[in-house]
Amino acid sequence: MSIIVTQLFNGVSLGSILLLIALGLAITFGLMNIINMAHGEFIMMGAYTTYVLQQVFIQYLPKAAFGYYFILAIPLSFLVAALFGLLMEKTVVRFLYERPLDSLLATWGVSLILQQVARSIFGAPNVAVVAPEWLNGGLTLAGMTFPYKRLFIVALVLMCIFLLFLYLYKTPSGRRMKAVTLNRDMASCLGVSTRRVDSTAFAIGSGFAGIAGCSLTLIGSIGPTLGTSYIVDAFMIVILGGIGKLKGTIIAALMLGVLSTFVELSTSATFAKVIVFAFIIIFLQWKPTGLVGAKVRALD
Amino acid sequence: MRKGFLVSLMMVFFLGACSSQTNKPAQETTSDSSSGTVEGDTVSVGILHSLSGTMAISEVSLRDAELMAIDEINAAGGVLGKQIEPIIEDGASDWPTFAEKARKLLQQDKVATIFGGWTSASRKAMLPVVEQNNGLLWYPVQYEGMEQSPNIFYTGATTNQQIVPAVDWMLETVGENIFLIGSDYVFPRTANKIVNAQLEANGGKVVAEEYTPLGHTDYNTIINKIKSAKPDVIFNTLNGDSNVAFFKQLQDAGITAKDIPVVSVSVAEEEIRGIGAKVLEGHYAAWNYYQTTDTPENKTFVENYKVKYGEDRVTGDPIEAAYIAVYLWAEAVEKAGSFDVGKVKEAADGVEFKAPEGVVKIDGETQHIYKTVRIGEVQADGQFKEVWNSGEQVKPDPYLKTYDWAEGLSQQAN
Repeated sequence: MSIIVTQLFNGVSLGSILLLIALGLAITFGLMNIINMAHGEFIMMGAYTTYVLQQVFIQYLPKAAFGYYFILAIPLSFLVAALFGLLMEKTVVRFLYERPLDSLLATWGVSLILQQVARSIFGAPNVAVVAPEWLNGGLTLAGMTFPYKRLFIVALVLMCIFLLFLYLYKTPSGRRMKAVTLNRDMASCLGVSTRRVDSTAFAIGSGFAGIAGCSLTLIGSIGPTLGTSYIVDAFMIVILGGIGKLKGTIIAALMLGVLSTFVELSTSATFAKVIVFAFIIIFLQWKPTGLVGAKVRALD
Repeated sequence: MRKGFLVSLMMVFFLGACSSQTNKPAQETTSDSSSGTVEGDTVSVGILHSLSGTMAISEVSLRDAELMAIDEINAAGGVLGKQIEPIIEDGASDWPTFAEKARKLLQQDKVATIFGGWTSASRKAMLPVVEQNNGLLWYPVQYEGMEQSPNIFYTGATTNQQIVPAVDWMLETVGENIFLIGSDYVFPRTANKIVNAQLEANGGKVVAEEYTPLGHTDYNTIINKIKSAKPDVIFNTLNGDSNVAFFKQLQDAGITAKDIPVVSVSVAEEEIRGIGAKVLEGHYAAWNYYQTTDTPENKTFVENYKVKYGEDRVTGDPIEAAYIAVYLWAEAVEKAGSFDVGKVKEAADGVEFKAPEGVVKIDGETQHIYKTVRIGEVQADGQFKEVWNSGEQVKPDPYLKTYDWAEGLSQQAN
């Protein structure tokens, strides 16, 4: 019994990490049809931002303040990644709208450049981020341990989703973004500056990748190729959920998380990956529009 | 022969001095030996490691160690009175590139020997090339054994110098229920086959065997499996980044080294820097050398390494094995009195060197070296404290011929 509960928790926590990564992609890929291969590098950027902030705290601030660096790292990695996202949108991506295949190549090029830049600045070896003391250990309930880090990440993801929905449904800028998602041409006719919406959306999407990177420092190592290992999973989730559908992305991420942890429990890690991918392929054969994608309003 | 060699050398030197086209006469004059550009007062050797790509993390420091050895030998007068000139090539973490660059080094640059490789895949890619060209390769990393090439010298541990004694040590001091976890490729799978056979014969028990893809980062499910299997010890053959995720998550799940210690075979000082010493404190690793290994040679070695490459750099087992490879080659050449591959190989048997890990000796039959086995415990500062050693150098036995329980393993591996 306890193993099922802990596995369920593991599944949700894995799913929430995947969701954080896929959330930004769902915005850029779903809204603007840009296959952003550099999304993984924005994750890497968020992770390195956390690392740098940690070094700053260690060197320049009193020891007592160290515990709080992580709280500051979250908005900072959002900002850094969002700024770079904005820069990339203005210099590369904006010339490639309506050309998804070209965007794939160009952004892939950008991703390779960013990886090399990271390697030049921080060196090829991985660096370690020390988690603040209050995130070490876990909550023990009825003989089961739930690591604080995982609980923290789940909470962080919930907060991100809440803020994103607040933005999309309650602010004028968010509503404009929704309008562009639904029908770009019509929104443009009605006076929405689609260009500005595109920039904002791209920046927000990249920012979420930054937060994902920040949270990944709690789990694994920080290296120049950190993002590449997650990018395929993220695309899978966005496609499985139904392109452009945030609700679908959320469901798909949680489903994949739980599914793969349970398959892994009964088989092995390698086999779980195979099963999950096979499942996605079969599902998309059966329902090509994804989990939430039945209503098509834009006529391409 | 030797006289003719010298005469031709002088000829080369003379020709080299007055003609810009030095390559051609060099080829002619060394045609009696199968390889080795011996132009004037230098001899060129190849250094072939991944300086880019995923393996660069580990292999760059091997190149540094080899260059340091070359500098030291050159400063002391060189080999056979010649200065060693390294030709550095990048294998780029790509196995066909390793084969191609090895071919280039042997055929075009006519190097006397190559120092290189880290992964077994890169070694297997270079193997046919060095054999066909009758070249020489010095391979410096512990590996899964079950191999022996007439053109390769192995200065890292083979299984009976690392894994087999580590398992014995676990059975004796920690417990007999062992959980095997590894990355899903050649080395862990072969190593665990050996561990399984060994435990079967010695009364231990494998409670579970798990493999994860290279680069895997979510270990919570496997940690759950560990919790329900309740092993005495975890034997870890994970490679690369996965180690970071595994150890961090193990700690978060509340499993400390006191509850279930982990014995690793691919985590050295360099990796500890990336993982964080705090996370690894109290866990074990099996190697032949640590930065803390207490010999006068090692003190100088570590000091020189830090002076040359920076105070924050650390040494480690593969780094040391790469360093001694250069010295062993140089000693064998001196003993042979020639750079000719056949003669060097013949002379290599029994060559000894006072290495940082202690005295090592080449076993001519297997072309591996005698090494001392050490188990170390990770300390808070990221260094190892030796808790056990084999007391003597262990004779290399790549096919585990001397172990009854290993019968049949070598056939399976090939």
